[in-house]
Amino acid sequence: MEFKTIVGLEIHSELKTKSKIFCSCTTEFGGDVNTQCCPVCMGFPGSLPVVNKKVLDYAIKAGLAFECDIASHSKMDRKNYFYPDLVKAYQISQYDLPLCSNGKITIEKSDGTTKDIGLIRIHIEEDTGKSLHGLKEVSLLDYNRSGVGLIEIVTHPDIETPEEAVLFLDELKATLEYLEVSDVKMEQGSLRCDVNINVVAKDGSIKSRISEIKNLNSFKAVQKSIDYEAHRHTELLKAGKNSEKDTRRWDSDKNKTVFMRSKQHVEDYRYFPEPDIVDFEISDEWIQEIREKLPELPKAKKERFVKEFDIPAYDAQVLVNDKKLAHYFEALCADFNDPKLISNWIMTEMLRRMNLEEVTLDELKFEEKDLVILFKQIAENKISNNAGKKVFRKMFETGEKPLALIESMGLKQISDDDFIEELVTEVLEENPDAIEDIKNGKDRAIGYLVGQVMKKSKGKANPQMVSQMIKDHCL
Amino acid sequence: MEIYDLTIHEVRDLLKKKKITSVALVEKVFERIEAVEEDVASFLALYKEEALEKAEVMDAKYAAGEPLGDLAGIPIAVKDNMCTIDKNTTCASKMLENFVPPYDATVIKKLEDEGAIIIGKTNMDEFAMGSSTENSAFQVSRNPWNLDYVPGGSSGGSAAAVTAGEVFGALGSDTGGSIRQPAALCGIVGIKPTYGLVSRYGLVAFASSLDQIGPLSKDVEDAAIMLNAIAGHDERDSTSVPKKKINYKKALVNDVKGMKIGVPKEYFGEGVTPKVKELIYKALDRLVELGAEYEEISLPYTEYSLPTYYIIAPAECSSNLARFDGIRYGHRAETFEGIDDLYTKSRNQGFGEEVKRRIMIGTHSLASGYYDAYYNRAMKVRTLIRDDFDKAFEKFDCIITPTAPDKAFKIGEKTDDPLAMYMSDICTVPINIAGVPAISIPAGFVDGMPIGMQIIGQHFDEETIIKVAYTFEQNTDFNKRATL
Repeated sequence: MEFKTIVGLEIHSELKTKSKIFCSCTTEFGGDVNTQCCPVCMGFPGSLPVVNKKVLDYAIKAGLAFECDIASHSKMDRKNYFYPDLVKAYQISQYDLPLCSNGKITIEKSDGTTKDIGLIRIHIEEDTGKSLHGLKEVSLLDYNRSGVGLIEIVTHPDIETPEEAVLFLDELKATLEYLEVSDVKMEQGSLRCDVNINVVAKDGSIKSRISEIKNLNSFKAVQKSIDYEAHRHTELLKAGKNSEKDTRRWDSDKNKTVFMRSKQHVEDYRYFPEPDIVDFEISDEWIQEIREKLPELPKAKKERFVKEFDIPAYDAQVLVNDKKLAHYFEALCADFNDPKLISNWIMTEMLRRMNLEEVTLDELKFEEKDLVILFKQIAENKISNNAGKKVFRKMFETGEKPLALIESMGLKQISDDDFIEELVTEVLEENPDAIEDIKNGKDRAIGYLVGQVMKKSKGKANPQMVSQMIKDHCL
Repeated sequence: MEIYDLTIHEVRDLLKKKKITSVALVEKVFERIEAVEEDVASFLALYKEEALEKAEVMDAKYAAGEPLGDLAGIPIAVKDNMCTIDKNTTCASKMLENFVPPYDATVIKKLEDEGAIIIGKTNMDEFAMGSSTENSAFQVSRNPWNLDYVPGGSSGGSAAAVTAGEVFGALGSDTGGSIRQPAALCGIVGIKPTYGLVSRYGLVAFASSLDQIGPLSKDVEDAAIMLNAIAGHDERDSTSVPKKKINYKKALVNDVKGMKIGVPKEYFGEGVTPKVKELIYKALDRLVELGAEYEEISLPYTEYSLPTYYIIAPAECSSNLARFDGIRYGHRAETFEGIDDLYTKSRNQGFGEEVKRRIMIGTHSLASGYYDAYYNRAMKVRTLIRDDFDKAFEKFDCIITPTAPDKAFKIGEKTDDPLAMYMSDICTVPINIAGVPAISIPAGFVDGMPIGMQIIGQHFDEETIIKVAYTFEQNTDFNKRATL
């Protein structure tokens, strides 16, 4: 029997408004514990929430970017439950009238086909504080995060593979980044994702019960957990059993999901309308105002990159998935008109180094204009591509200037005819067999001879010239 | 007449004319407090030293001829559910016995802006749930007219303090009658303003969509003065309505000629004693003599008011009081095993019976499966009750009813019968549900105990009810001082 995996995602994204959703405390990440709170976000008796209009603006912005319907009438509701990090013992959220509904995100798969992942809703709510466990017998609480504005995005169960989930999240993350509504940093918790998953027999005869997976701190974890759970559910069904309706968490050390609690008894949150906040009326003018200010979004940018710069769709996708990288690429293209070379360099040397050293664009030691200078040296055959890589590596490590590096590393390419002729003659004399091979059509031998010449020139000879000269001699 | 028997506007005149000092006023009320507090038990906290210091500052300002607010240098008390910075705010609950708020309620700031000297916090039913102050975790306040009787509630401490001359005016909060009913039972004036007129910021919430802060005072003019001080939009409370500021003193006009008064028959039904009915009709006749006219009307959804109230208020209270979990502030059980046990024990020890009862009722009515049958339906009836009033106000300038169905009851009389206790709010609860303003003024006596008359107005039309109340007061002599 064949099975199909069904995945729906719930994404929480912290909004990077300057102040929290119901008070004027800062939303800055990383402050000393309990220094960014007040009676309102601590839920002190008598305090009242006042909605930060920017939170509505940001949520509507996201809703428009994901092609949602924006509610003309909306309200806040209370979700009641006890937990020490929830200061009022209720979370102010939205229940039956979310701000945005019926959206979608279109993903482009590696085979070139596209697929729409539907969004059920986007609603706004407040974040909770943080419990810090594991210090002897006590748990400590940090309320800096309490009351930070969130959007919760809920998808339809349209996702069928880990690849689709990651493509969806890439697109979602990039879009939120372009909109400048969230920092979307999973490692800081400003982007959080829960997976709801089950499997269904392709003939529809049997299906597993839904598991919810929490504590996913990277897209990789999302991908692995879907793989793991799909397999687990499928195996259970194959064995004539079924999964339990449960909540699990991803253990990234053991690479597996771990049972947290059963969902057989659904918690009753006793939702009711928040009486402290008056309902929202959202005018068409308000929506229009936000719509007009929407920036170019990743999808549009990608299409433009392919068209305008004639680079492969895959490269364009990688570039636009990171707003800063896309911007960097465009800045380079503006200064140096060889988008393909730039894109190649970014896709290979630069991203490889950055990933290896875990360095972000903001942390690069060299300036963008130095990279342009390096590219020009390569394009004008002043140095070889290989030499360029050596220079780049040094620039990356120390931030030194490219021209100075070329000089000090002695990498200046020599295109002097007489100098190269002399070395070529020398090498040909030393390798009479190779000449025979070339004459017999063994092209590999050319490469060998070029290598010998480059060695003698200490890498400085212009390899194109060397190759041409060898061919001229032999053929 | 003693100084402590005077009204706010009378002592304000004396202060202006420099016939008395603020310090002397504060000393006088504290003398009075020392004399009667043991009997009346109005206060949970008193700030004598600080009050005297503030009075000195005010006296200096009077001496310097500075322009001063209507409450400048005058001792005022506030119910102990309004947050006062660095001063315990207990809500008369064990749960908050040691709770010290890090901020002032907006009304506290507003009173102080007017120069008022806050001399103490008054007793109340725990978390404002009750009609007699008998639900206070700390003490039972007594009615100054007869110490065997309750002063009403939940703002019973405020009402008793003003009635006993322990203070010149006080703030209360009114969710279902908690200002008007004790004002009626103590023979003083109390206003429940329109929902949204006065900021709730810093008022420890009981039922957020019903709570409103208002004044308790010796006469209508004082009530207008205090309302002037506390009314107005507050950006910290998004349910407070941005409106042009009104000077309610301008409504102190002795004239009801041509005024049309609706008298809803549902407020004179079973449960309201014949003596109270008779007295209110006499009062209406007096208003007719003064040029008003009245007509019997029907507000057909009145009978659903109490059930509606006892769904909505407990539902909101169950959520509002959930934050008292023993984690950040308030009572925490000394011993517990695990977080759930900490919650259960702390809440079980911290809350009194009536509070627990309402939390349980509210939790139940919000539970999935019951929500539609209870809360959702109650919200729909709420709209109908509101419509009743809106329709009536198309024809009438105000509506008059008894404030309470009977005179004050004896201490202990209803403590074992919550339903009987709830019935004492039968005339006041619909007004909170509709969100309209109402004032209670003395309208006579039954068996030597004062009876209140409730005058109800349209949304944000406090002026009309103040005008009717003032005219009645000026032309009758029911406004008397209790002899203690």
